[in-house]
Amino acid sequence: MSANLVALWYLAASVCFILALKGLSSPETARRGNAFGIAGMTIAVVTTLAIVAKGRIDLILVAMVIGGTVGAIVSRRVQMTQMPELVAAMHSLVGMAAVLIAVAVVNNPGAFGEHDPLPRGNRLELFIGSFVGAITFSGSVIAFGKLAGLGKKFRLFSSAPVVFRGQHALNLVLAIAMIGFGCAFFLAGGKAWTPFLVMLGIAFVLGVLIIIPIGGADMPVVISMLNSYSGWAAAGIGFSLNNTMLIIAGSLVGSSGAILSYIMCKAMNRSFFSVILGGFGAAEGAVAADSSQKTVRSGSAEDAAFLLANAESVVIVPGYGLAVARAQHAVKEMAAKLIAKGISVRYAIHPVAGRMPGHMNVLLAEAEVPYDQVLEMEDINGEFGTTDVALILGANDVVNPLAHEKGSPIYGMPIIEANKARTVLVNKRSMAAGYAGLDNPLFYMDKTMMVFGDAKKVVEDMVKALD
Amino acid sequence: MTGTLDPTVVNLVVFVLAVFVGYHVIWNVTPALHTPLMSVTNAISSVIIVGAILAAGPSEIDFGSALGAVAVALAAVNVAGGFLVTQRMLEMFKKKPKAEKK
Repeated sequence: MSANLVALWYLAASVCFILALKGLSSPETARRGNAFGIAGMTIAVVTTLAIVAKGRIDLILVAMVIGGTVGAIVSRRVQMTQMPELVAAMHSLVGMAAVLIAVAVVNNPGAFGEHDPLPRGNRLELFIGSFVGAITFSGSVIAFGKLAGLGKKFRLFSSAPVVFRGQHALNLVLAIAMIGFGCAFFLAGGKAWTPFLVMLGIAFVLGVLIIIPIGGADMPVVISMLNSYSGWAAAGIGFSLNNTMLIIAGSLVGSSGAILSYIMCKAMNRSFFSVILGGFGAAEGAVAADSSQKTVRSGSAEDAAFLLANAESVVIVPGYGLAVARAQHAVKEMAAKLIAKGISVRYAIHPVAGRMPGHMNVLLAEAEVPYDQVLEMEDINGEFGTTDVALILGANDVVNPLAHEKGSPIYGMPIIEANKARTVLVNKRSMAAGYAGLDNPLFYMDKTMMVFGDAKKVVEDMVKALD
Repeated sequence: MTGTLDPTVVNLVVFVLAVFVGYHVIWNVTPALHTPLMSVTNAISSVIIVGAILAAGPSEIDFGSALGAVAVALAAVNVAGGFLVTQRMLEMFKKKPKAEKK
C-alpha cells in the first residue's frame, strides 16, 4: 500500500472516531456512535496489518487474539458498580503500551519507517510520549487499587490520602530530574539507553507519588485526569511516529478527559490544583459538628413508605451510599409501585453522584429506569418547590444547603436543592459527616425525617410496606 | 519561504485542530453518558495498537518486536474490552416499550 493510501485510510478512521464521540450527545444516537468507533478501529488495524504484511503477522494475530479474548471476557463479567476500577485498569494498559512502543522505537527506528538514528525532533516527542505513558501506567495502577479497595492489604492503595513530610518537594525534585534525563536523551545521539531508561524509571515512581495523596472522594477527578493523560500519551507516540491518526485520536481523548476533570472539579467546588496536590479530608476539624443540641426526627421505613404513598410527586436523589449498597434495583421496584399508584417519580442526579462521571446514570439504566425519568441537577432544581417528597438515598454533601451560605467551606458548590421540597426523607447509615467533613443542616429541619440503615435494606422494607 | 516542511510542524497543525474538534464535540456529550464516554475514549486511545503492530512487524524477532507483541496484546484488551463494555452500557439506555412510561 502506498503511503498516500495509508494516510487516507487513517483519515477515514479518524473521522469515524470523531463521529463515535459525536454520537454520545444523546442516548438515541449513542449506539450508532459506538458502531462508528468499532468501524474506525477496524480500518486502522487492517490498514496497519497491510503495511507489515510481509513481517511476523502470525505473531501479531496471536497477540491480538489473546488480548481481545481477555478484553471480551472482562467486559462481559464486570459489574456496573465496578466500572471505575475497569476504566482505571484500562488506562494503565494504554500507558504501558505507549511505554513499550517508545522503547521499541528507540531500539529499532527503522521498523517504524523512521530514520536510524532517530532524528532529534522525534526524540523529544518520544520522551514526552513515554513519560506521560509511564505516569499514566503507575498512576492508574494506584487508582485501581484505591477503587478496588485493596487499601487493607497494601498501604499504597489506601483510599485515605497517603501523605508524608516533604512530599511536594520530593515530587518537584523528581520531576526536574526526569526532565533533565529526558533532555540528556534528546541531546545525546541515537540509542542513548541510559538517560532514556532512567527517565522512564523516574516517571513510573512519579505516577505513584502523584496519585497516593489523593483521597477517595476525589477519585472522579483522578479517573478523568488519567483518562486525559492516556490520550496525551497516545498523541505523543503519534508525534514521534509521524502518525496523524494517532495524534487525532489521542487529542480527542486527551481533551475529553480534561473537560471531564473540569466538570468534576466544578461540581465538587474544588480547584484542579488542590485535587492534584492532594490530602483532602486530612485538613478537617475546623468545622466540628455540634449536633449535640440539635434534634433529629427519625422514623422507620414503614413511616417513610406511608409519606411516599400519600404524595403526588416524588423526587429521588441517589448518592454514593446507594451505589455502595447496590440498592438501585430495589429503588426501581419501589418507584414502579409508586408510579402504579399514579404518583409522579423522578430522579435528580448530581454530577458527582457515584464514583466516576455519569456513574449513577449507568447504575439506574442497569436497573431499567427509563432515562427520561432521570434528570440532571440543573434541570430539576427549579421544581423542588412543587415537589411533595424528596427522598435522599445515601447522599450528603450534594444536598447540603450550607453551600448557599457565605463563609462555609463548601460555599458556591452546586447542590441539589432537596431542602425546598415539602417533605424530605433522608436515608443514611448514620449521622456521620460526608467527605467534606461538614454537618448538614438539612437533617435538622422540621420537615425532614431520617431513616437510618443500609440503603438496600431500607428501600426493600419500603417496597414491602407499599403493598 | 523555501525548503521542505518539517513533519513535526504538520503534526502540530493536526494536533491543534484535533484538540479544538475534541473540545467542541465533548461539550455536546450529555452528562448522562459520561461513563460510556470514558470507556469509549479508552477504546479509542487504544488505537495506539497501530504503533504496537509496527513494532511487532519486522520479520526477524528481536527485543523490539517482542515488546511490540506484548503492546499489541495489552492494547487489544482495551480495544475489545472498551468497545464491548460501552455497547453493554448503551444497551441499557435503550428506550423501553411504552408500558414503562408513567
